[in-house]
This record gives sequence, C-alpha cells and structure tokens, in this order.
Amino acid sequence: MSEVNLKMAKELVIQPVTRIEGDAKVVIQLDDKGDVMDARMHTLELRGFEMFCIGRPVEELPLITTRICGVCPWAHHIASAKATDGVFGVTPPPTGRKLRELAYLGDKVMDFILHFYILSGPDFVMGPDADYTTRNVIGILKANPDLAKKVIHHHHLAHQMVEMISGRRIHPVAAVPGGWTKPLKPEEKDKALPMAKELLDFAQFTMKLAKENIFPKYLDAVKSLAVIKTGFLGLVTPNGTHTFYDGKLRMMQPDGSFEDYAPENYLDVIAEHIEPWTYLKFPYYKKAGKLVMDPDNPVGVYRVNTLARINVSDRMATPLAQKELDEFRKLFGRPAQQTLLYHWARLIELVECAEKTVNLLEDPEITSENTRVPVKPRAGRGIGVVEASRGTLIHDYETDENSIVKDCNLIVATGMNHAAINMSIKKAAKDLIKGGKYDQGILDRIEMVIRPYDPCLSCATHDLPGKIAMRLDIVDAEGKIIDTLVNH
Amino acid sequence: MKVLEEWLNMCGGCECSILDVGEALLDVLPQLEFVHIPVLMDHKYYGQTGEGKTLELPQADIGIITGGVRTEEHKEVAKEVRNKCKTLIAYGSCACFGGVPALANMHTKDEVFNKIYKTTRSTEPGEPPTIGIPPWTDRVYAVDEIVKVDLRIPGCAPSPDVFTDAVTALLTGKEFKLEEKAVCEDCPLKREKKAIAAIKRPLEPAPIAGRCLLEQGYLCLGPATRTGCGGHEKIPRCIAGNFPCRGCMGPIKWTGNQMVDMMGALATIGIDVKLIPDRLATFNRFVGGHNVLRPRRV
Repeated sequence: MSEVNLKMAKELVIQPVTRIEGDAKVVIQLDDKGDVMDARMHTLELRGFEMFCIGRPVEELPLITTRICGVCPWAHHIASAKATDGVFGVTPPPTGRKLRELAYLGDKVMDFILHFYILSGPDFVMGPDADYTTRNVIGILKANPDLAKKVIHHHHLAHQMVEMISGRRIHPVAAVPGGWTKPLKPEEKDKALPMAKELLDFAQFTMKLAKENIFPKYLDAVKSLAVIKTGFLGLVTPNGTHTFYDGKLRMMQPDGSFEDYAPENYLDVIAEHIEPWTYLKFPYYKKAGKLVMDPDNPVGVYRVNTLARINVSDRMATPLAQKELDEFRKLFGRPAQQTLLYHWARLIELVECAEKTVNLLEDPEITSENTRVPVKPRAGRGIGVVEASRGTLIHDYETDENSIVKDCNLIVATGMNHAAINMSIKKAAKDLIKGGKYDQGILDRIEMVIRPYDPCLSCATHDLPGKIAMRLDIVDAEGKIIDTLVNH
Repeated sequence: MKVLEEWLNMCGGCECSILDVGEALLDVLPQLEFVHIPVLMDHKYYGQTGEGKTLELPQADIGIITGGVRTEEHKEVAKEVRNKCKTLIAYGSCACFGGVPALANMHTKDEVFNKIYKTTRSTEPGEPPTIGIPPWTDRVYAVDEIVKVDLRIPGCAPSPDVFTDAVTALLTGKEFKLEEKAVCEDCPLKREKKAIAAIKRPLEPAPIAGRCLLEQGYLCLGPATRTGCGGHEKIPRCIAGNFPCRGCMGPIKWTGNQMVDMMGALATIGIDVKLIPDRLATFNRFVGGHNVLRPRRV
C-alpha cells in the first residue's frame, strides 16, 4: 500500500482505463483533507461519423456505420438497416427479419461471453488485488486452463455460427434496406443448430458458475459499491417483453413507474448535453428539463444496457431466462439499482439470446428464400432503434430524392450511460478514498464500477473509442505534480 | 517474444479479429508475452509504481498498432510504441491507410465540430469541448505518416488467419508477404467478360446467383482491391455475404491507387464512371489518409 500525504493534493488522473472498449481517463479532485470533491471520466476521442455519413448513398450506411464499433458492429449494422427500411418505406419479409435477428442474437452470445469472461471476468476470477500481470484473460488461462479453454472454444463457436449465417461477422454486410442478402440454406441450418444448442449449454453453465462461485463472493460489494439511483431506458415489445431487435422505448423512473414511446418520437424523450471536458455528449431525459449529475440527487439521469433492460421488461422472451429473471427479482426487486448487478443481468440475457437463437433456427420459415424486397430511391426519413449489447442505440437518417444522406443523427448506448458512469465513479471515489489514502487495489475498484456498464468508447466517440488504464497525478496547489500512481 | 499492442483512432474490430483466431490462439499464446494491451490488460502509461512523469511503455520485440492517428496523444503513443519495439506492425486498414474514419478528411475540423456539437438533431448546441482532452490533429493520418512501420497488415478487420500467419512467420524468422493480386482472383463468382450497360446501386437482389456482381451491374471494388480478406478459405468475405466488395483491403500493391485502378477497370467494360454517385468517398472508403481525401475547396 503506497500512502501519500495529500495535504496539498488536489487532483488525481487515472489513465488509460483498461479492459473496456476505447480511450478514457478518470480525474479525481481531492480537498485539503484528501477527501474526494469531484470525479469524472474524460473521453479522449471523436471521429465525426454524423458528419461524414452525409453525402453517402444511404444503402452504404449499414456498411459504413459498422466501423463505429468493431466489438458491436452488428448493433450498428441492424439499427442502420432498420433506419434504411424507413427511408425507403419498406418492411422486410418475415424471413429477412428473422435472419437479421438470428445473426444479431448469435453475435450477442459471443459479445456477452467476451465481456463476462475476458473484459470483466479477471476482476472476479483473479480479484481486484491481484497483480496486473495476472489480472487478465492470460492470467485466467494459467490459473484455470480448463475454464479458459472452454471460454475460447465457445467464443469461437459463436463466431463461426454467425459467420456461417451472415457470411461475415466483423463488419457484416448481409442486412440491407428491405431485408437480408443471404438466405440460409437447409444444410447451413443443420450445422448451425447444434452449435446454437452447445452455446445454450454454455450459457447455462456460465450462469451456474457465476451464481455458485462468483456472485456470492461479491454480494457485499454489489450492495455497497457505487450504488446510485437513476431512471432506466430500454426497448420492450408492444406487450412489454424483453427484446433486442425491435419495440417501443420504455423510460422508467427511479421509483419504477414508466412511460412508453414510439421510437420515432425519441426526440421528445432524449436531448444531448455538452460538457467542456469530454468529447462525449450526455444524453438525458428531456422531460426532466435539465441534467444534474449529483450522485445523491440526480436529475434527468437514466441508464441503459443489461440492467436497464432487465428492469424495464415485464418478462423475458424465453422460459429459461424467465426463470432467471424471477430469481433475480426476488433477490433485488424492480428496478434494481446496484451497479454491479449489470454483470448478473448480462448473464440472464446471455441465456435468453442462446435460447432464442435455438428457437429461430428451429423455425421452419428460417430457410425460406424470400429474404429481401427491392427498394427504389426516394426522399425519406428513417429511424432505426435496437438494443445494442451496451444499451439503446438510435440511428436517424434523412435523404434527398436520390436517397443520398442529407442529415444523420446517432445516439449511442455508451453515451446514454455517460452521466451514470460519471456518477458511479464519483460515488466510488468518495466511498473508497478518504483522508488521502488509496492504493492500486482501490484504483481497480474504481475501474470496476466502470466495467459493469461495459462502456464502448469507440461507439460513444463515433463520436469515441476506448482504452482505460488508470493514472493518478497528485498535484499541489500550484498545479505541480508531486506524485503519480498508476494501476496495472 | 514480447508483444506491445496499442489502439489509436479505431473501432476495436482489429482486436476482436485477433480474439477470433479461436483455439489456434492457444497454440500461439504461450509463445507470446503481452506486456501492454489495453483491451485485455491493466498496464498503464505512467509506470507500475506510479513515479513516471511521462507516457512510457515497456520494451517489446513486436509492437502492434491498430487505428490511425487522429489526436496529438495518438501521435505521442505511436512514437512511444515505435521507440520501444523492434518490429512495428500497422494492423488493419485504419493503421495502414486511415480507414473509414479518414472519410472525415473530406471536411475541416470546424465543419465536423459544428455538426457534432451544434447541429445534430438531439444536441443542445454548445461550444466543442477543449478541457483535459487531446486536441485533434489537422487530419487523420495512417501510422506510417507518423513513424516508420516495418510490416503492414490491411483489412477491415484483417482475417484472423493473416494474424496467425504473420505471428508464426515472426516467431520462426520467416518472411511474411501478402499476395499482390485482386480480390477477383479469389472470387468464386463466374465472369463471362461481357460489357455492361450501367452501374446500378445495390438496391435489389442480383438476378443471377453465382455470377459476377460487377457484370450484373453492381459496383464491386474487387478488381482494384488486394485479396486476402477471406483468409485460408480464400472466399472474399463480402462475397460470402452476397454483397459486392467495398475495398477494405486497400490497393492491390502498396504503391497502387484504388480509385485510378477502379476507374480503369470500369472503363474497360464500357462504364461512364461519372454516373456513379459519390465515387470519391466510395472508391477511397478505406484509404483516406496519406492526403488521399481532403476538404473540398469552396
């Protein structure tokens, strides 16, 4: 434990944040006693997709916007394809829609495995106080090779399944205006189905492993670390069931009451606020009238991603996931506010995605060759909303009469969690750093309240990509660095 | 062999492609010692015990950079990676050519910031942020415009097979070379070498399955794009998705020009390229660094 006399200390800078997707730093301001005055996350990049999507033929956007994020290209691909459906005024044939959803959910299986085991898992499997050289997937490989091999096998299996269905997993091409380019051949379906079933087994294995061996150890932390009280936003089907592909927007208040909105009306519900210290904007609940990021009394703050979806949904879409939701609700209520429960909620969704993938592959309609309707250029507007792994994602395009993009607006999941991430960091920093005492384990615990949100700063900085390492610069009253601490 | 990995102006797809190597990764991993890789590992810039005052990375045999250079901090990181490794790999088309984010090079910084912070539909207009964040460079750069690069691996994202092949070559001291031929040469679709009337946008299914998409009138950048996206299976990946190539591997040769090559290919089949919408951004979608794309003069 390296203790530093913080009598003169003012500011701690943590950079980069690691095991997230993208580039960010955390700055913590301390008062004379070494207690936390303020803490915030700066996102360090901006790419400007909303500018350079303008002028492109709109059918190219499902290919261009995938490059916002290589971790969740499918979310952008599907949201974009849905927005182009709107621009052209078409509805894909049922099989086109089902194939989009099948590939999308298959990719989520892969993404949730990635996040649980490879990005966040090391904090739980190795523990926050483990040395940085072992607190990672390679450390897990050495400490528990059987588990690590299982993870890599199933992660790759999901990759192969999605690639077989779509032709291309990273930066896919198959979702187009009006449907899907690649009908699923019966022999491909016969190969994919056992893969999906194996992945469902692994999803259940993961849930069991987490409930028996991982979550119980962290229940105290779940209840106490960086708990904040916010609203939640997510898509639900018309009857309130959990969904990733399509539905209505449900905005839930901290007390659990909620209102539903058509995705086309998102501008009535969400506005984006700018702060001078980060490239990433702050979407907030517009009807609250303002955004206040005070962890004790937030205004206009809502959260998205797994826990939000679990909270806003009346029920899951599949039976095994529903059983898990019942158990979760009995333990934590609705809405559950504890930030670390994102991990638990993510595994409930992993089970549902795997179940639904099996169901879709067993649907006789899935091998129909009618997957796409032709479209014709026209002036139009289209709004595509999906639940990305990391939360609600909105693509909004307007085109001229040749279907060339005139305007483009993107609101990305990590952006929507931006205010909450900042509040969680502040809360954790205030709880953990007192009297100027901190060490590398404490720094990792602060990063541990970022990771549940699984922030994708690449997405956020389409406008942003991400890398998080932490560095604390301790600065005296004149702004001179008197000490630096870095977590590894 | 020690490996140092950094991501700059990127999307994370390159890192995912490395994870997509799958079980073969288990054979390669024991021979690699990652000393810094932000997506997987909590190594930080300013030293293990925190006394560092400058951005510092550990020594390594191989450095891998994904993403192009978009901020002053990216420049600093790229230089530090170069200083600390023996062999530097620019991995993926953003690092090699600027990639899709280099489409921003068609606009000035003011245009982009104005759009993002003032005129997008849901934004409450305000001044662009400036405090505690690295400023933008004047344009997006490929990594080799900033530091010397020893090996370039293009692709958006590169095929996992190419990663494995390159690493295996480096481990065994063999030379790693990419093929210098067009996507068409690995494409399973049939060509009949017939002239076509006009280029159509990909707004409906191609009428004939199994036939060259370009010959059916759909713009495909295969003739002007380096092959290799399909890895060991060879089948170009967009073609595997029933969609024409969009050029993510960049030009066939490092010295080539995708736009010139493509216009030549289209001219030989009798197409008036002027009728193709948005051709500057379409032919240069992945290669806008190296001053290939610039703001339009008003």
